[in-house]
Amino acid sequence: MIDKKFIGYTMPSFSATVEPGRLRFFAKATGQTDPVYSDVAVAQAQGHPHLPVPPTFLFCLEMEAPDPAAIRNLLGMDYRTLLHGEQGFTYYGMAYAGDTLTFTQRIADIYDKRDGALEFVERKTLVTNQRNERIAELRCVTVIRNSKGA
Amino acid sequence: MAVALTFDSVQVGDALPPFQTPPISRLNLALYCGASGDHNPIHVDTDFAHAAGMPDVIAHGMLSMAWLAHVLTQWVPQTALRQYSVRFAAMTQVGERITCSGEVVEKLHIDGQPCARITLSTVNQDGQVKLTGEAVVALS
Repeated sequence: MIDKKFIGYTMPSFSATVEPGRLRFFAKATGQTDPVYSDVAVAQAQGHPHLPVPPTFLFCLEMEAPDPAAIRNLLGMDYRTLLHGEQGFTYYGMAYAGDTLTFTQRIADIYDKRDGALEFVERKTLVTNQRNERIAELRCVTVIRNSKGA
Repeated sequence: MAVALTFDSVQVGDALPPFQTPPISRLNLALYCGASGDHNPIHVDTDFAHAAGMPDVIAHGMLSMAWLAHVLTQWVPQTALRQYSVRFAAMTQVGERITCSGEVVEKLHIDGQPCARITLSTVNQDGQVKLTGEAVVALS
């Protein structure tokens, strides 16, 4: 069982820069045909300073942590038993290509169901930009499937 | 281009225009692997999937969440999006055609801001639900 003493534990913050080419690649990979996400001129004509970061791309930037396995290793989670159970975003402002975003991950909750057969780790990640403006909070629930008797 | 919607023009029960994918290809998954930075081999390497006891690779859950977000951003500008969350209910497989849809279930005010609450889902060609979700968008 994961030690519940880690509830409330905050990881060291890290930053990631939003690259426009990466956003164009993401638009292509997700079947996004709205040119506001790939053509800077269109984005600017709609009042944006640069290409907008689409709603779920913050999750991708979060994976650019110096050690993406840091929380797994801290909690002793076996990646072979993990499932991504839920993902949520609360948006406070827009992020754009060229921004440098800072991610601060916190272990918000650890709980289990079915006598420990399923364990849940809820991570909340605050995202701020280079002006220290809040952009979003991400909520990720990871499910650990424990085999019987484990 | 999505335009801002007014509180009075939106009704509970309104369906958002759906987003439909072609049959999911391995190329789709390879492109998402590179673009997203999620290099987990279970999504692109069939040999790895077989060794893990799976019949084939599986699509990234977050690729489905990105498709489902199109339903929101083709309905309102992204600047109106306040909350967006999903539960991953079932694995999405190569070859499936996924329909992403949403429906207005509530009109409400949050801190004085007129908003609409949307329920969301992705289903395959047989109607099997893969993701369920919810969003809140600001109206004018």
